[in-house]
Amino acid sequence: MRLAVLGAGAVGRAVADLAPSYGHAVTALADSSSAVVDPGGVDVGAALARKDAGDPLGESDPGDALAAEYDALVEATPTTLGDAEPGFSHLRTALERDRHVVLANKGPVAERFADLRALEADSAGDVYFEATVGGAIPACATVADLGPERVSAVRGVLNGTANFVLSRMAAEGLDYDHVLAEAQDLGVAEADPSFDVEGTDAALKCVILANLLREADCGSIEELRERALTLSDAAVEGIRDIPGSALDLAAEDGRTVRLVGEATRDGVRVGPRLVPENGTLAVSGTRNIVEIETEHAGGLAVSGRGAGGEETASAVLADVGRLPDPER
Amino acid sequence: MPSEPAAAPGERRQSDDADTDTGTDAGGDGDGVRSDGGNVPQAHTVRLELDDEPGQLLAALQPIAENGGNLLSVYHERGNVTPRGRIPVEVDLECAPDRFDAVLEGLREHGVTVTSAGTEEYGGEVTVVLVGHLIETDLSDTLQRLTECANAAVADIDLSAASGTGTGEPSSARVRLRTREGRTADVLDSVRTVADDKGFDVIEPVEGRR
Repeated sequence: MRLAVLGAGAVGRAVADLAPSYGHAVTALADSSSAVVDPGGVDVGAALARKDAGDPLGESDPGDALAAEYDALVEATPTTLGDAEPGFSHLRTALERDRHVVLANKGPVAERFADLRALEADSAGDVYFEATVGGAIPACATVADLGPERVSAVRGVLNGTANFVLSRMAAEGLDYDHVLAEAQDLGVAEADPSFDVEGTDAALKCVILANLLREADCGSIEELRERALTLSDAAVEGIRDIPGSALDLAAEDGRTVRLVGEATRDGVRVGPRLVPENGTLAVSGTRNIVEIETEHAGGLAVSGRGAGGEETASAVLADVGRLPDPER
Repeated sequence: MPSEPAAAPGERRQSDDADTDTGTDAGGDGDGVRSDGGNVPQAHTVRLELDDEPGQLLAALQPIAENGGNLLSVYHERGNVTPRGRIPVEVDLECAPDRFDAVLEGLREHGVTVTSAGTEEYGGEVTVVLVGHLIETDLSDTLQRLTECANAAVADIDLSAASGTGTGEPSSARVRLRTREGRTADVLDSVRTVADDKGFDVIEPVEGRR
Protein backbone atom coordinates (compact mmCIF):
# COMPACT_ATOMS: atom_id res chain seq x y z
CA MET A 1 0.00 0.00 0.00
CA ARG A 2 1.21 3.52 -0.74
CA LEU A 3 1.25 5.83 2.28
CA ALA A 4 1.42 9.60 2.59
CA VAL A 5 2.62 10.49 6.08
CA LEU A 6 1.73 13.91 7.47
CA GLY A 7 3.72 14.85 10.53
CA ALA A 8 7.37 14.09 11.11
CA GLY A 9 7.41 13.98 14.89
CA ALA A 10 8.20 10.79 16.80
CA VAL A 11 5.15 8.93 15.43
CA GLY A 12 5.28 10.11 11.80
CA ARG A 13 9.00 9.35 11.58
CA ALA A 14 8.55 5.87 13.04
CA VAL A 15 5.65 5.11 10.65
CA ALA A 16 7.76 6.18 7.65
CA ASP A 17 10.75 4.22 8.94
CA LEU A 18 8.85 1.01 9.64
CA ALA A 19 6.43 1.07 6.66
CA PRO A 20 8.71 -0.88 4.26
CA SER A 21 9.09 -3.72 6.79
CA TYR A 22 5.26 -4.00 6.79
CA GLY A 23 5.26 -4.16 2.98
CA HIS A 24 4.21 -0.56 2.35
CA ALA A 25 5.80 2.27 0.39
CA VAL A 26 5.96 5.89 1.55
CA THR A 27 5.13 8.12 -1.42
CA ALA A 28 5.02 11.37 0.55
CA LEU A 29 6.30 12.63 3.90
CA ALA A 30 5.60 16.09 5.26
CA ASP A 31 6.17 18.18 8.34
CA SER A 32 4.67 21.62 8.92
CA SER A 33 7.12 23.43 6.64
CA SER A 34 8.07 21.13 3.78
CA ALA A 35 7.52 17.78 2.12
CA VAL A 36 9.23 15.15 0.08
CA VAL A 37 7.13 13.45 -2.60
CA ASP A 38 8.12 10.56 -4.84
CA PRO A 39 5.54 8.27 -6.49
CA GLY A 40 8.24 5.61 -6.73
CA GLY A 41 8.91 5.69 -2.99
CA VAL A 42 10.52 8.34 -0.79
CA ASP A 43 14.03 7.75 0.55
CA VAL A 44 12.86 8.14 4.16
CA GLY A 45 16.31 7.83 5.72
CA ALA A 46 17.75 10.60 3.55
CA ALA A 47 14.76 12.89 4.17
CA LEU A 48 14.90 12.45 7.95
CA ALA A 49 18.67 12.98 7.89
CA ARG A 50 18.09 16.32 6.14
CA LYS A 51 15.54 17.30 8.80
CA ASP A 52 17.92 16.28 11.59
CA ALA A 53 20.61 18.46 10.03
CA GLY A 54 18.22 21.42 10.21
CA ASP A 55 17.32 21.41 6.51
CA PRO A 56 13.88 20.96 4.96
CA LEU A 57 12.61 17.38 4.52
CA GLY A 58 12.41 17.99 0.79
CA GLU A 59 11.77 20.44 -2.01
CA SER A 60 7.99 20.29 -1.95
CA ASP A 61 5.33 22.16 0.01
CA PRO A 62 3.42 20.32 2.75
CA GLY A 63 0.28 20.65 0.59
CA ASP A 64 1.95 18.62 -2.17
CA ALA A 65 2.06 15.60 0.14
CA LEU A 66 -1.71 15.81 0.58
CA ALA A 67 -2.16 15.95 -3.20
CA ALA A 68 0.33 13.17 -3.92
CA GLU A 69 -0.39 9.62 -5.06
CA TYR A 70 -1.24 7.39 -2.11
CA ASP A 71 -3.75 4.78 -1.01
CA ALA A 72 -3.85 5.85 2.62
CA LEU A 73 -3.09 9.09 4.41
CA VAL A 74 -1.42 8.74 7.79
CA GLU A 75 -2.34 11.82 9.83
CA ALA A 76 0.25 12.18 12.59
CA THR A 77 0.31 15.94 13.12
CA PRO A 78 -0.04 17.29 16.69
CA THR A 79 -3.47 16.95 18.33
CA THR A 80 -5.47 20.16 18.31
CA LEU A 81 -8.76 20.80 20.09
CA GLY A 82 -11.96 22.55 19.04
CA ASP A 83 -12.16 22.48 15.23
CA ALA A 84 -9.23 19.99 15.24
CA GLU A 85 -7.49 21.86 12.42
CA PRO A 86 -5.42 21.42 10.38
CA GLY A 87 -5.79 17.67 10.97
CA PHE A 88 -9.47 17.67 10.10
CA SER A 89 -8.91 19.33 6.72
CA HIS A 90 -6.22 16.78 5.89
CA LEU A 91 -8.72 14.01 6.63
CA ARG A 92 -11.39 15.72 4.55
CA THR A 93 -9.11 16.14 1.54
CA ALA A 94 -8.08 12.48 1.56
CA LEU A 95 -11.64 11.20 1.97
CA GLU A 96 -12.92 13.47 -0.80
CA ARG A 97 -10.29 11.86 -3.00
CA ASP A 98 -11.67 8.46 -1.90
CA ARG A 99 -8.47 7.64 -0.07
CA HIS A 100 -8.23 5.90 3.30
CA VAL A 101 -7.18 7.78 6.42
CA VAL A 102 -5.33 6.41 9.45
CA LEU A 103 -5.18 8.85 12.35
CA ALA A 104 -2.65 9.15 15.15
CA ASN A 105 -4.03 12.66 15.79
CA LYS A 106 -6.76 12.51 18.45
CA GLY A 107 -8.36 15.88 17.60
CA PRO A 108 -10.63 14.92 14.68
CA VAL A 109 -11.88 11.76 16.44
CA ALA A 110 -12.46 13.26 19.87
CA GLU A 111 -13.78 16.68 18.82
CA ARG A 112 -15.57 16.06 15.48
CA PHE A 113 -16.54 12.41 15.47
CA ALA A 114 -19.87 12.83 13.66
CA ASP A 115 -18.29 15.10 11.01
CA LEU A 116 -15.62 12.46 10.51
CA ARG A 117 -18.16 9.65 10.09
CA ALA A 118 -20.27 11.78 7.72
CA LEU A 119 -17.29 12.37 5.43
CA GLU A 120 -16.36 8.70 5.63
CA ALA A 121 -19.90 7.67 4.66
CA ASP A 122 -19.65 9.75 1.47
CA SER A 123 -16.22 8.39 0.56
CA ALA A 124 -14.87 5.12 -0.77
CA GLY A 125 -12.11 5.52 1.81
CA ASP A 126 -12.17 4.15 5.35
CA VAL A 127 -11.02 5.82 8.56
CA TYR A 128 -9.15 4.04 11.37
CA PHE A 129 -7.73 5.55 14.57
CA GLU A 130 -6.31 2.82 16.78
CA ALA A 131 -3.20 4.88 17.51
CA THR A 132 -5.27 7.62 19.16
CA VAL A 133 -5.98 5.48 22.24
CA GLY A 134 -3.31 3.84 24.38
CA GLY A 135 -0.36 3.81 21.97
CA ALA A 136 0.51 0.21 21.14
CA ILE A 137 -2.54 -1.20 22.98
CA PRO A 138 -5.26 -2.44 20.60
CA ALA A 139 -8.11 -0.70 22.43
CA CYS A 140 -10.41 0.36 19.58
CA ALA A 141 -9.84 -2.86 17.64
CA THR A 142 -10.67 -4.98 20.67
CA VAL A 143 -13.88 -3.03 21.26
CA ALA A 144 -14.72 -3.44 17.56
CA ASP A 145 -13.98 -7.19 17.70
CA LEU A 146 -16.15 -7.70 20.76
CA GLY A 147 -18.88 -5.53 19.25
CA PRO A 148 -19.29 -2.09 20.85
CA GLU A 149 -22.98 -2.84 21.44
CA ARG A 150 -21.86 -5.60 23.82
CA VAL A 151 -19.35 -3.45 25.70
CA SER A 152 -20.70 -1.60 28.72
CA ALA A 153 -17.62 0.28 29.83
CA VAL A 154 -13.99 0.85 29.00
CA ARG A 155 -11.72 2.17 31.71
CA GLY A 156 -8.04 2.41 32.14
CA VAL A 157 -4.84 4.18 32.84
CA LEU A 158 -4.29 6.08 29.61
CA ASN A 159 -1.59 8.61 30.34
CA GLY A 160 1.96 7.45 30.95
CA THR A 161 3.22 10.77 32.31
CA ALA A 162 0.55 11.00 35.01
CA ASN A 163 1.06 7.35 35.86
CA PHE A 164 4.80 7.80 36.15
CA VAL A 165 4.31 10.71 38.54
CA LEU A 166 1.77 8.87 40.71
CA SER A 167 3.68 5.62 40.87
CA ARG A 168 6.94 7.42 41.75
CA MET A 169 5.20 9.51 44.41
CA ALA A 170 3.75 6.36 45.98
CA ALA A 171 6.93 4.28 45.75
CA GLU A 172 9.41 6.92 46.95
CA GLY A 173 7.26 9.08 49.21
CA LEU A 174 8.21 12.13 47.16
CA ASP A 175 5.94 15.09 46.51
CA TYR A 176 4.36 16.03 43.21
CA ASP A 177 6.71 18.87 42.24
CA HIS A 178 9.80 16.79 42.95
CA VAL A 179 8.64 13.84 40.85
CA LEU A 180 7.41 16.07 38.04
CA ALA A 181 10.84 17.73 37.80
CA GLU A 182 12.42 14.28 37.68
CA ALA A 183 9.99 13.20 34.94
CA GLN A 184 10.89 16.30 32.93
CA ASP A 185 14.61 15.51 33.29
CA LEU A 186 13.94 11.98 32.02
CA GLY A 187 11.89 13.25 29.09
CA VAL A 188 8.81 11.46 30.43
CA ALA A 189 7.02 14.78 30.99
CA GLU A 190 6.97 17.77 28.69
CA ALA A 191 8.20 21.20 29.75
CA ASP A 192 4.51 22.14 29.93
CA PRO A 193 2.94 18.99 31.37
CA SER A 194 -0.59 20.35 31.76
CA PHE A 195 -2.10 18.30 28.91
CA ASP A 196 -1.01 15.13 30.74
CA VAL A 197 -1.29 15.94 34.45
CA GLU A 198 -4.59 17.80 34.16
CA GLY A 199 -6.17 14.73 32.59
CA THR A 200 -6.92 16.26 29.17
CA ASP A 201 -5.02 13.64 27.19
CA ALA A 202 -6.66 10.74 29.05
CA ALA A 203 -10.05 12.42 28.63
CA LEU A 204 -9.63 12.73 24.84
CA LYS A 205 -8.92 9.00 24.66
CA CYS A 206 -11.96 8.21 26.77
CA VAL A 207 -14.15 10.47 24.63
CA ILE A 208 -13.03 8.47 21.59
CA LEU A 209 -13.93 5.20 23.35
CA ALA A 210 -17.27 6.52 24.61
CA ASN A 211 -18.11 7.63 21.06
CA LEU A 212 -17.45 4.10 19.80
CA LEU A 213 -19.92 2.77 22.38
CA ARG A 214 -22.53 5.45 21.64
CA GLU A 215 -22.15 5.01 17.89
CA ALA A 216 -23.31 1.40 18.28
CA ASP A 217 -26.69 2.70 19.49
CA CYS A 218 -27.13 5.19 16.65
CA GLY A 219 -28.99 4.32 13.46
CA SER A 220 -27.88 7.34 11.45
CA ILE A 221 -25.29 10.09 11.19
CA GLU A 222 -27.93 12.58 12.43
CA GLU A 223 -28.45 10.54 15.55
CA LEU A 224 -24.70 10.27 16.03
CA ARG A 225 -24.41 14.03 15.63
CA GLU A 226 -26.74 14.41 18.60
CA ARG A 227 -25.11 11.79 20.74
CA ALA A 228 -21.39 12.14 19.99
CA LEU A 229 -19.32 13.57 22.83
CA THR A 230 -16.46 16.01 22.81
CA LEU A 231 -13.87 16.91 25.40
CA SER A 232 -16.19 19.54 26.86
CA ASP A 233 -18.65 16.79 27.86
CA ALA A 234 -16.07 14.97 29.97
CA ALA A 235 -15.76 15.39 33.75
CA VAL A 236 -12.02 15.75 34.20
CA GLU A 237 -9.83 16.08 37.28
CA GLY A 238 -6.05 15.98 37.18
CA ILE A 239 -3.40 14.89 39.63
CA ARG A 240 -1.76 18.22 40.46
CA ASP A 241 -3.37 18.62 43.86
CA ILE A 242 -2.70 15.16 45.23
CA PRO A 243 -0.52 15.40 48.34
CA GLY A 244 1.83 12.61 49.36
CA SER A 245 -0.33 12.08 52.45
CA ALA A 246 -3.21 10.85 50.27
CA LEU A 247 -0.97 8.23 48.70
CA ASP A 248 0.29 7.20 52.16
CA LEU A 249 -3.26 6.74 53.44
CA ALA A 250 -4.16 4.71 50.37
CA ALA A 251 -1.07 2.52 50.83
CA GLU A 252 -1.90 1.81 54.48
CA ASP A 253 -5.16 0.35 53.21
CA GLY A 254 -3.56 -1.82 50.50
CA ARG A 255 -4.44 0.64 47.76
CA THR A 256 -2.83 3.21 45.58
CA VAL A 257 -3.97 6.11 43.42
CA ARG A 258 -4.05 6.12 39.63
CA LEU A 259 -5.39 8.59 37.09
CA VAL A 260 -8.22 6.46 35.76
CA GLY A 261 -10.40 7.30 32.79
CA GLU A 262 -13.79 5.70 32.32
CA ALA A 263 -15.90 5.68 29.17
CA THR A 264 -19.47 4.43 29.24
CA ARG A 265 -22.60 5.22 27.28
CA ASP A 266 -23.42 7.73 30.00
CA GLY A 267 -20.28 9.72 29.44
CA VAL A 268 -16.67 10.18 30.38
CA ARG A 269 -15.05 10.66 33.77
CA VAL A 270 -11.35 11.05 34.37
CA GLY A 271 -9.77 11.57 37.77
CA PRO A 272 -7.53 10.17 40.45
CA ARG A 273 -9.04 6.95 41.81
CA LEU A 274 -8.27 4.44 44.51
CA VAL A 275 -7.27 1.08 43.08
CA PRO A 276 -6.05 -2.08 44.81
CA GLU A 277 -2.27 -1.89 45.11
CA ASN A 278 -1.82 -5.22 43.32
CA GLY A 279 -4.85 -4.92 41.09
CA THR A 280 -4.84 -4.82 37.31
CA LEU A 281 -5.22 -1.05 37.12
CA ALA A 282 -2.17 -0.38 39.31
CA VAL A 283 0.32 -0.43 36.43
CA SER A 284 3.56 1.35 37.24
CA GLY A 285 5.82 3.76 35.43
CA THR A 286 4.70 4.95 32.02
CA ARG A 287 2.73 1.78 31.34
CA ASN A 288 -0.92 2.02 30.26
CA ILE A 289 -3.79 -0.40 30.69
CA VAL A 290 -7.23 -0.70 29.15
CA GLU A 291 -10.00 -2.71 30.81
CA ILE A 292 -13.07 -3.58 28.79
CA GLU A 293 -16.32 -4.66 30.49
CA THR A 294 -18.33 -6.90 28.21
CA GLU A 295 -21.86 -8.21 28.37
CA HIS A 296 -21.05 -11.86 27.71
CA ALA A 297 -17.37 -12.24 28.49
CA GLY A 298 -16.76 -10.37 31.74
CA GLY A 299 -13.75 -8.10 31.90
CA LEU A 300 -10.77 -8.06 29.57
CA ALA A 301 -7.55 -6.16 30.16
CA VAL A 302 -4.71 -5.24 27.84
CA SER A 303 -1.68 -3.44 29.17
CA GLY A 304 1.34 -2.12 27.36
CA ARG A 305 3.23 0.92 26.22
CA GLY A 306 0.86 3.81 25.80
CA ALA A 307 3.20 6.20 24.03
CA GLY A 308 6.40 6.37 22.04
CA GLY A 309 7.20 6.63 18.35
CA GLU A 310 7.56 2.98 17.37
CA GLU A 311 4.86 1.83 19.79
CA THR A 312 2.30 4.23 18.34
CA ALA A 313 3.52 3.55 14.80
CA SER A 314 2.82 -0.14 15.35
CA ALA A 315 -0.82 0.75 16.00
CA VAL A 316 -0.89 2.97 12.88
CA LEU A 317 0.55 0.18 10.76
CA ALA A 318 -1.88 -2.35 12.25
CA ASP A 319 -4.68 -0.03 11.04
CA VAL A 320 -3.08 0.15 7.58
CA GLY A 321 -3.19 -3.64 7.60
CA ARG A 322 -6.96 -3.50 8.29
CA LEU A 323 -7.61 -1.47 5.13
CA PRO A 324 -8.93 -3.24 2.04
CA ASP A 325 -6.12 -4.15 -0.34
CA PRO A 326 -6.20 -1.75 -3.33
CA GLU A 327 -4.88 -4.53 -5.60
CA ARG A 328 -8.05 -6.56 -5.24
CA MET B 1 -10.13 -2.18 62.84
CA PRO B 2 -9.82 -5.42 60.87
CA SER B 3 -13.06 -7.31 60.52
CA GLU B 4 -12.40 -10.80 61.83
CA PRO B 5 -15.11 -13.19 60.78
CA ALA B 6 -17.13 -14.28 63.78
CA ALA B 7 -17.62 -17.78 62.42
CA ALA B 8 -14.82 -20.29 62.82
CA PRO B 9 -12.51 -20.00 59.80
CA GLY B 10 -12.67 -23.76 59.25
CA GLU B 11 -16.39 -23.63 58.68
CA ARG B 12 -16.13 -20.94 56.09
CA ARG B 13 -13.39 -22.75 54.24
CA GLN B 14 -15.52 -25.86 54.08
CA SER B 15 -18.50 -24.08 52.66
CA ASP B 16 -16.30 -22.33 50.07
CA ASP B 17 -14.90 -25.67 48.99
CA ALA B 18 -18.34 -27.17 48.76
CA ASP B 19 -19.36 -24.38 46.41
CA THR B 20 -16.38 -25.06 44.20
CA ASP B 21 -16.85 -28.81 44.19
CA THR B 22 -20.46 -28.74 43.12
CA GLY B 23 -19.35 -26.35 40.37
CA THR B 24 -22.67 -24.56 40.45
CA ASP B 25 -22.88 -21.84 37.86
CA ALA B 26 -25.76 -20.13 39.57
CA GLY B 27 -23.73 -16.95 40.07
CA GLY B 28 -22.95 -16.89 36.38
CA ASP B 29 -19.87 -14.71 36.41
CA GLY B 30 -17.79 -16.65 38.90
CA ASP B 31 -16.40 -13.44 40.30
CA GLY B 32 -16.41 -14.64 43.85
CA VAL B 33 -20.14 -14.22 44.37
CA ARG B 34 -20.96 -16.49 47.25
CA SER B 35 -24.33 -18.07 46.66
CA ASP B 36 -24.59 -19.43 50.20
CA GLY B 37 -24.21 -16.57 52.61
CA GLY B 38 -24.97 -18.75 55.66
CA ASN B 39 -22.13 -17.83 57.97
CA VAL B 40 -20.75 -14.73 56.32
CA PRO B 41 -20.72 -11.92 58.90
CA GLN B 42 -23.31 -9.22 58.35
CA ALA B 43 -23.10 -5.64 59.51
CA HIS B 44 -25.69 -4.25 61.91
CA THR B 45 -26.32 -0.91 63.48
CA VAL B 46 -27.56 -0.90 67.04
CA ARG B 47 -28.68 2.21 68.90
CA LEU B 48 -28.29 2.15 72.65
CA GLU B 49 -28.99 4.51 75.50
CA LEU B 50 -26.58 4.75 78.40
CA ASP B 51 -26.64 6.43 81.76
CA ASP B 52 -24.23 9.35 81.90
CA GLU B 53 -21.88 7.62 84.34
CA PRO B 54 -18.28 6.49 84.07
CA GLY B 55 -17.81 2.95 82.80
CA GLN B 56 -21.21 2.70 81.15
CA LEU B 57 -19.88 2.57 77.61
CA LEU B 58 -17.40 -0.18 78.34
CA ALA B 59 -20.06 -2.19 80.13
CA ALA B 60 -22.33 -1.85 77.12
CA LEU B 61 -19.74 -2.98 74.64
CA GLN B 62 -18.56 -6.03 76.53
CA PRO B 63 -21.63 -8.20 75.78
CA ILE B 64 -21.13 -7.63 72.07
CA ALA B 65 -17.71 -9.26 71.99
CA GLU B 66 -18.77 -11.94 74.45
CA ASN B 67 -21.49 -13.08 72.10
CA GLY B 68 -19.39 -13.29 68.97
CA GLY B 69 -19.90 -9.77 67.63
CA ASN B 70 -17.10 -7.74 66.08
CA LEU B 71 -17.20 -4.00 66.80
CA LEU B 72 -16.83 -1.84 63.72
CA SER B 73 -17.45 1.61 65.10
CA VAL B 74 -18.94 3.39 68.07
CA TYR B 75 -20.52 6.80 67.78
CA HIS B 76 -20.87 8.23 71.25
CA GLU B 77 -23.11 11.28 71.07
CA ARG B 78 -22.01 12.83 74.37
CA GLY B 79 -23.39 16.23 73.59
CA ASN B 80 -26.78 14.82 72.81
CA VAL B 81 -28.98 13.82 75.74
CA THR B 82 -32.33 12.05 75.45
CA PRO B 83 -35.42 13.48 77.21
CA ARG B 84 -34.78 10.90 79.91
CA GLY B 85 -31.30 12.28 80.48
CA ARG B 86 -29.48 9.41 78.88
CA ILE B 87 -26.83 9.39 76.20
CA PRO B 88 -27.49 7.81 72.82
CA VAL B 89 -24.76 5.63 71.32
CA GLU B 90 -24.72 4.17 67.84
CA VAL B 91 -22.76 0.96 67.44
CA ASP B 92 -21.89 -0.70 64.17
CA LEU B 93 -21.01 -4.32 64.56
CA GLU B 94 -20.52 -7.36 62.47
CA CYS B 95 -21.51 -10.90 63.36
CA ALA B 96 -22.75 -14.12 61.84
CA PRO B 97 -26.51 -13.86 61.19
CA ASP B 98 -27.30 -16.53 63.78
CA ARG B 99 -25.38 -14.64 66.50
CA PHE B 100 -27.17 -11.33 66.24
CA ASP B 101 -30.04 -12.31 68.54
CA ALA B 102 -27.53 -13.51 71.14
CA VAL B 103 -25.74 -10.16 70.95
CA LEU B 104 -28.99 -8.27 71.60
CA GLU B 105 -29.93 -10.69 74.37
CA GLY B 106 -26.53 -10.15 75.99
CA LEU B 107 -26.97 -6.37 75.88
CA ARG B 108 -30.39 -6.53 77.49
CA GLU B 109 -29.14 -8.94 80.17
CA HIS B 110 -26.54 -6.32 81.07
CA GLY B 111 -29.29 -3.77 81.50
CA VAL B 112 -28.47 -1.82 78.35
CA THR B 113 -31.40 -0.15 76.63
CA VAL B 114 -31.48 -1.08 72.96
CA THR B 115 -33.59 1.50 71.13
CA SER B 116 -33.25 0.11 67.64
CA ALA B 117 -31.47 -2.83 66.17
CA GLY B 118 -30.96 -4.72 63.01
CA THR B 119 -33.17 -2.62 60.80
CA GLU B 120 -30.21 -0.65 59.49
CA GLU B 121 -28.03 -3.14 57.75
CA TYR B 122 -24.90 -1.96 56.09
CA GLY B 123 -23.82 -4.81 53.85
CA GLY B 124 -21.66 -2.74 51.53
CA GLU B 125 -18.55 -0.74 52.11
CA VAL B 126 -16.71 1.97 50.27
CA THR B 127 -13.45 3.75 51.01
CA VAL B 128 -12.63 7.26 49.80
CA VAL B 129 -9.73 9.61 50.40
CA LEU B 130 -10.63 13.25 50.95
CA VAL B 131 -8.04 15.92 50.21
CA GLY B 132 -8.31 19.53 51.27
CA HIS B 133 -8.46 21.79 54.28
CA LEU B 134 -10.22 19.17 56.33
CA ILE B 135 -9.43 20.43 59.81
CA GLU B 136 -10.00 24.11 59.15
CA THR B 137 -13.43 23.29 57.73
CA ASP B 138 -14.68 21.31 60.75
CA LEU B 139 -13.97 17.64 60.24
CA SER B 140 -16.69 16.40 62.57
CA ASP B 141 -19.26 18.44 60.68
CA THR B 142 -18.00 16.84 57.46
CA LEU B 143 -18.37 13.37 58.91
CA GLN B 144 -21.83 14.12 60.22
CA ARG B 145 -22.91 15.40 56.81
CA LEU B 146 -21.51 12.30 55.17
CA THR B 147 -23.56 10.18 57.54
CA GLU B 148 -26.72 12.20 56.92
CA CYS B 149 -26.51 12.97 53.21
CA ALA B 150 -24.85 9.81 52.08
CA ASN B 151 -27.07 7.64 54.25
CA ALA B 152 -23.99 5.73 55.27
CA ALA B 153 -22.19 5.01 58.50
CA VAL B 154 -18.63 6.21 58.94
CA ALA B 155 -16.86 3.00 59.94
CA ASP B 156 -13.46 4.57 60.46
CA ILE B 157 -11.34 7.49 59.48
CA ASP B 158 -7.59 7.98 59.21
CA LEU B 159 -6.35 11.52 59.05
CA SER B 160 -2.99 12.62 57.77
CA ALA B 161 -2.68 16.28 58.60
CA ALA B 162 -0.20 18.51 56.86
CA SER B 163 2.72 19.32 59.10
CA GLY B 164 1.35 22.21 61.13
CA THR B 165 -2.12 23.32 60.20
CA GLY B 166 -2.47 26.76 58.77
CA THR B 167 0.49 26.13 56.46
CA GLY B 168 -1.91 26.16 53.56
CA GLU B 169 -0.98 22.55 52.80
CA PRO B 170 -3.97 20.30 52.31
CA SER B 171 -4.57 17.33 54.59
CA SER B 172 -5.86 13.93 53.59
CA ALA B 173 -8.31 11.60 55.24
CA ARG B 174 -9.17 8.04 54.37
CA VAL B 175 -12.78 7.39 55.26
CA ARG B 176 -14.38 3.97 55.25
CA LEU B 177 -18.13 4.13 54.87
CA ARG B 178 -20.55 1.31 55.44
CA THR B 179 -23.36 1.45 52.96
CA ARG B 180 -26.48 -0.42 52.15
CA GLU B 181 -25.89 -3.27 49.74
CA GLY B 182 -25.89 -2.07 46.14
CA ARG B 183 -26.10 1.64 47.05
CA THR B 184 -22.42 2.45 46.68
CA ALA B 185 -22.91 4.62 43.59
CA ASP B 186 -25.52 6.78 45.39
CA VAL B 187 -23.26 7.12 48.40
CA LEU B 188 -20.36 8.24 46.20
CA ASP B 189 -22.63 10.81 44.56
CA SER B 190 -23.47 12.23 47.97
CA VAL B 191 -19.83 12.20 49.04
CA ARG B 192 -18.98 14.24 45.94
CA THR B 193 -21.74 16.72 46.78
CA VAL B 194 -20.53 17.22 50.35
CA ALA B 195 -16.93 17.49 49.13
CA ASP B 196 -17.84 20.04 46.45
CA ASP B 197 -19.61 22.07 49.07
CA LYS B 198 -16.60 22.10 51.33
CA GLY B 199 -14.03 22.49 48.58
CA PHE B 200 -12.41 19.07 48.97
CA ASP B 201 -11.17 16.73 46.30
CA VAL B 202 -12.42 13.17 46.48
CA ILE B 203 -10.28 10.24 45.44
CA GLU B 204 -12.91 7.60 45.00
CA PRO B 205 -12.52 3.92 44.22
CA VAL B 206 -12.94 2.64 40.71
CA GLU B 207 -16.48 1.42 40.37
CA GLY B 208 -16.68 -1.87 38.59
CA ARG B 209 -18.78 -4.93 38.06
CA ARG B 210 -16.38 -7.19 39.88
